[in-house]
Amino acid sequence: MNENLFNYTIQQADNCLILGQRLGEWCGHGPVLEQDIAMTNISLDLIGQARMLYQYAAEIQGEGKTEDDLAYLRDAWDFKNVLLLEQPNGDFAKTILRQFLFDSFNCYFYEELMNSNDETLAAIAAKSHKEALYHIKWSGDWVIRLGDGTGESNARAQTALNELWPYSEEVITPSEADEAALESGYGVDLMALSERRKAKISEVFEEATLKIPENQYNHSGGKTGRHTEHLGYILADLQFLQRAYPGNEW
Amino acid sequence: MNKTIQPFNHSTIFELLEKVTDPEIPVIPIRDLGILRGVEIENDLINIIITPTYSGCPAMMEIEKNINNTLKSEGIENFKITTILSPPWTTEWMTEDGKRKLKEYGIAPPNPTNEDDIQCPNCGSQNTNLVSQFGSTACKSLFKCDDCLEPFDYFKCH
Repeated sequence: MNENLFNYTIQQADNCLILGQRLGEWCGHGPVLEQDIAMTNISLDLIGQARMLYQYAAEIQGEGKTEDDLAYLRDAWDFKNVLLLEQPNGDFAKTILRQFLFDSFNCYFYEELMNSNDETLAAIAAKSHKEALYHIKWSGDWVIRLGDGTGESNARAQTALNELWPYSEEVITPSEADEAALESGYGVDLMALSERRKAKISEVFEEATLKIPENQYNHSGGKTGRHTEHLGYILADLQFLQRAYPGNEW
Repeated sequence: MNKTIQPFNHSTIFELLEKVTDPEIPVIPIRDLGILRGVEIENDLINIIITPTYSGCPAMMEIEKNINNTLKSEGIENFKITTILSPPWTTEWMTEDGKRKLKEYGIAPPNPTNEDDIQCPNCGSQNTNLVSQFGSTACKSLFKCDDCLEPFDYFKCH
C-alpha cells in the first residue's frame, strides 16, 4: 500500500466527514429554517466528498475494506482531520467562523488538487471544487453580515474568531503526508495556498470589521491523530450504530 | 453486415431509460438532467454510465435502483451501472426539453446568463428575489416572486 497516498486521502476525507457531522448537529436547531437547511445542505456535500475520498482510500488500502469501515470502525487516533473542525458548534457565529476558516482553505485546495497527477484525486477535486465555492460564498457572506451587523452579532463573531484563530493554521501546515504528496506530484503546495487563503481571509474580515487576533499560538496534532477531547464524543455519536450492531445496513 | 441482430441497441435502451426520473423532480428523465452519460454495449453486456449532480446527492441510490428495476422489468438482466465523476456534472448538460419540464413543474430552470435575473415559473415576472442560497435539495435555491408573492425553487447553475 502507498501509505502516504492513503494518509493524504484520509486527511481530507476525515476533514469532510467531521465537519459534515458537526453541521448535521444543527439539523432542526438552526436559527431560521433557511439557514438550518443551508447547514445541512453543506453537510450533505461534505459527506458526499468524504464518501468519494473514503472509497478511494479503501481502494488504495487494498484490504477489501469499504468506505463504511473507514468512517465507522476507526478509532480517534486514526482520524487525521484538523482540530478546527471537531470544535463544538457553539452559537451560530462560531459555526460560521469555523466554516469560513475551513472553506477559505477548501476551495483553493480543491482548485489546486484538480492538477494532481493522481487521476482519481483530480476527478474528486473537480467535482468538489464547485461545491466548495458555493460554500465559501455562503460562509463569507455570513461572516460579513454578522461582523458588520449589530453590536451583539459583531461581539459574537469576534469572540468566535478569537476562540478559533489558534486552530486556523493547522490546515495549511504540512504534515508528512502533505510533504510526500507535494513531492510526488499528486498533492497541493500548501505554502502557495496559504498566501491566497490569507488574502481572502483579510479581505472578508476587513469588510466584516473583525479584528484578527494578535496572539498567534497554533494548535496542531489532528493530522497526526492527536485530537482534542471533542472528537471522541463526535465518534461516539457517529459510530454508535455500527459499534452496537456490527454490519447493520439500511 | 455480419452483425447479429441484438434485441436491444443504444436507442432502445435510451428509450427505456426515459422512464427513469429524478425521484425529487419526478417529471424529468435523468437523460434530460444530464445524469445519464451514456450507454455502451459490449459482448451483450450493457453498461449504463451515470454521474452524480452533487457529490452528496441522496437521489443517486434511488436512481440506480430505478434503472435496475426498469431494465429488469423489460427482461434485461445482463447490464451494469457505472458511476463516473469526471468530467464533473454541470447544468449545461440539461436539455432544453428538461428546462421546459422543470418550469412547467414550478421550478425555475438554470439561467447561466444572469443568476440575479430569475423568472418566476408561476406568473412569469422578473421581479423576483433570492430568499436563500440553499433550498429543498442540493441543486436548488429558494426564491420569492414579488409580483405573485409565491416562493419558488430555482435550479441553480452548477
